[in-house]
Amino acid sequence: MTKHLLSAGDLSREQAIEILDIAEGMSNVNDREIKKLPTLRGKTVVNLFFEDSTRTRISFEVAEKRLSADVINFSAKGSSVSKGESLKDTAQTLEAIGADAVVIRHSASGAANVLAHSNWIQGSIINAGDGTHEHPTQALLDAFTMRKRIHGAQSPGKALDGVKVAIVGDILHSRVARSNQLLLSTLGAEVHFVAPPTLLPQNASGFKAALHYNLDEMLATEKPDVVMMLRLQAERMNASYFPTEREYARIWGFNAGRLGALKDSAIVMHPGPMNRGLEIDAVTADSPRSTVLEQVTNGVSIRMAVLYSLLSGERSADV
Amino acid sequence: MSARTVLSSDDIDRAVTRIAHEILEANTALQKSGAKNLVLLGIPTRGVLLAERIAKVIARAEPDVKPEDLLGRLDITMYRDDLASNPTRPVTQTLIPSQGIDDKVVVLVDDVLFSGRTIRAALDALNDFGRPRAVKLAVLVDRGHRELPIRADFVGKNLPTSREERINVQLNETDDQNAVVIE
Amino acid sequence: MSKQILLKNAQLASGEVTDILVAGDRIVEVATAITAPSETEVLDCTGLVALPGFVDLHTHLREPGFEQSETVLTGTQAAAMGGYTAVHAMANTMPVADTAGVVEQIAGLGIEAGYADVYPIGAVTVGLEGKQMAELGAMANSKAKVRVFSDDGKCVHDPVLMRRALEYVKAFGGVIAQHAQDPRLTEGAQMNEGKVSAELGLTGWPSVAEESIIARDVLLAEHVDSRVHICHLSTRGSVEIVKWAKARGIRVTAEVTPHHLILDDELVRSYDAVYKVNPPLRTQDDVLALREALIDGTIDIIGTDHAPHPIEAKDCEWNAAAFGMLGLETAASIAQLVLIESGKSDWNRLVEVLATKPAQIAGDAENGQPIAVGSIANITVIDPKANRTVVAESASRSINNPYVGMQLPGRVIHTIYRGYQTVKNGELASRGRGRND
Ligand SMILES: [Zn+2]
Repeated sequence: MTKHLLSAGDLSREQAIEILDIAEGMSNVNDREIKKLPTLRGKTVVNLFFEDSTRTRISFEVAEKRLSADVINFSAKGSSVSKGESLKDTAQTLEAIGADAVVIRHSASGAANVLAHSNWIQGSIINAGDGTHEHPTQALLDAFTMRKRIHGAQSPGKALDGVKVAIVGDILHSRVARSNQLLLSTLGAEVHFVAPPTLLPQNASGFKAALHYNLDEMLATEKPDVVMMLRLQAERMNASYFPTEREYARIWGFNAGRLGALKDSAIVMHPGPMNRGLEIDAVTADSPRSTVLEQVTNGVSIRMAVLYSLLSGERSADV
Repeated sequence: MSARTVLSSDDIDRAVTRIAHEILEANTALQKSGAKNLVLLGIPTRGVLLAERIAKVIARAEPDVKPEDLLGRLDITMYRDDLASNPTRPVTQTLIPSQGIDDKVVVLVDDVLFSGRTIRAALDALNDFGRPRAVKLAVLVDRGHRELPIRADFVGKNLPTSREERINVQLNETDDQNAVVIE
Repeated sequence: MSKQILLKNAQLASGEVTDILVAGDRIVEVATAITAPSETEVLDCTGLVALPGFVDLHTHLREPGFEQSETVLTGTQAAAMGGYTAVHAMANTMPVADTAGVVEQIAGLGIEAGYADVYPIGAVTVGLEGKQMAELGAMANSKAKVRVFSDDGKCVHDPVLMRRALEYVKAFGGVIAQHAQDPRLTEGAQMNEGKVSAELGLTGWPSVAEESIIARDVLLAEHVDSRVHICHLSTRGSVEIVKWAKARGIRVTAEVTPHHLILDDELVRSYDAVYKVNPPLRTQDDVLALREALIDGTIDIIGTDHAPHPIEAKDCEWNAAAFGMLGLETAASIAQLVLIESGKSDWNRLVEVLATKPAQIAGDAENGQPIAVGSIANITVIDPKANRTVVAESASRSINNPYVGMQLPGRVIHTIYRGYQTVKNGELASRGRGRND
């Protein structure tokens, strides 16, 4: 296993499947009465959050505690981009404390890479979302959720070969979309991005995904197994990416009508928190096709698996 | 290095049968009934296979017992104390028989008993699943060199070895023969 | 008074091998086999190339205001090490060089330092704010005799203001050097917009933000019959627009930085902020277009855009980092790489882009003079065969050097600035010209 998890693209197919398989084992732990393992006893894990994200932080924190790590929450809100050196100062402080792993969430793309490749800190770095770049543990939990829905108890050892995944919404600013296209293609899935042209990168030739503007047409022609709706951030609403929220919801939102157009086995995913009535309607969000809550549950298992993988074993080359 | 077979296929069968009967005897003494309240937990990988074999012998001796009622498996990966120095191990599933382990006599089954650290981890793991009435240990081979105060209750064969030697247990469910080999 | 210097067996840009005798601040003899008069320092230049001292039209000396990054002294020392005898100091200091007082102060600091001529560039608008024209006439008439005006770092984006500035500087033969960047199209921009920015999730900086301003400004220059200089072209499209404008007879000159000639946006994948620069590193295709344009004359000069920053401005996450990189000490090597090592051009062209043409654009008759009897003795001697690995140590006060570890051809051996040797055998003179301390 590698020392850090910075990008979903760092993982080979074998490594990705191994993490998903370990997460299966972890999910069993999460089902039992004593949900705790002694695995990371004596290890210190720091949750370094420069950006607010209660959900992601709680998910990591539960994962760390279930593995018996000592957990330090370091919330450095408001000290990110405005004060240039704060990342370095903070990192050196954490190094002095003796952190074995740092889970970092930051509003600047590449912040986790900078931390990993600086000599400020020696521990493992886990990217918990960097700007509009990547969110690899989200991609892993999404892949885990898909695999479980598709293969059920037969999941261990399996990849996602031939699975068609449509990711819909603000691709341009989405770290979830970036990490997912990398991981899903590694696992053999076929990725389709659907977005208004203003919310796709001007040059998306580096993406391992097919591009579409028209959601209904894509649903009809591609018949996806998985539809993943992305959250539309509030700050996009008034920046002329699209005329009105109403128009966006009508053309690119998921609703009961589009749910009916899916094949019976298809699932609808969302990384949360949802803007109900905007990118997803209540009927879809609450339907049995929706995996929103499973994704939350699986997030803990995946993060346990990642922590275990990075902090155990012989380390291969730094990625 | 030359390999030397120390237990043949027949030797292994005999050892398994003997262990099964010893377990029944001991349980009768304890619970006044052969397979009642008995749980066999194999430690992956080969401990699981041995536990299955033992369960079959017990089922033959006690016709009202089905092997699956006794059998479980206990993955101890996450309880090891050598996390950073060994390769990442895949985590396998832990299965506890439907009767649970509370107030049961649990027999841990492994292929080789060496330092005792695996069994220490297994005892920790067991703790998180319930409170057995007693825990016993069955191993096919005890090769000595204990690093912890742990001892097996049921032993197929005691094999004095040097620390450098490797004991290789092969079972035909996963290997191409049944044998115990010293390398 | 500096003593006489005799350069033996130096090769000129033309290929001719000759001796050059310097006395006072002039070249007094150029001939083969000159016998050294007494009191003469003789420099054996066998195998070395002697060129007119280089002129940088685009340097950030940072003084006054940002002395933790660079001063006029350290900046001109780095210039001397790079073979320069004149630098034009950009106006984005603190206070901004937008008044006669500030430009005279900077010019004075240059004379005091004594490592190169320092020509302050005046701001086009007050405080670089793009709202009100600065006192261009007062700066032109000051002791600093400013002829080049620029809001560099910012674009003069108001078309009316740009038109007026282009018109106004005609009164004293000035030129506006435009930093072409549409501000709205580059809000929050972090790197070239393209394949790499999409993958890295960094806000894109589209080529069109540069090209649209250049297109507008060459048309404005044509309309008011003035001169415009375009700083740091970085895209193929910019080259095409300048080529079109020149063919049309518009008086436009164009500049390229050393880094845009050899670095591209793939380097940003490291998220190492040493590669963060304005305009951003572009694609390999743009790099190739810029090299061609430098060779064929569409681009007139190399300007370093030497932009020192303190460590903390670069040792951080990409978004928080400052734009800019060092350039004075590596520019000649990069010019040699692109023009000479490529086999596509020659030393005469290198002299044009590094010395003659930048002096001409700035209306500076004292620099860029040929190596000939009577010329001011500004001479750079290069070992063209040297192959060096760039190190972080520098005469500059800063270390934001993107070339560290790279192999580059050529090395500056001697720099003679107005008859005074500022660099000797690759070592910086311990004090500047005219200083006795
Ligand atoms: Zn500029």
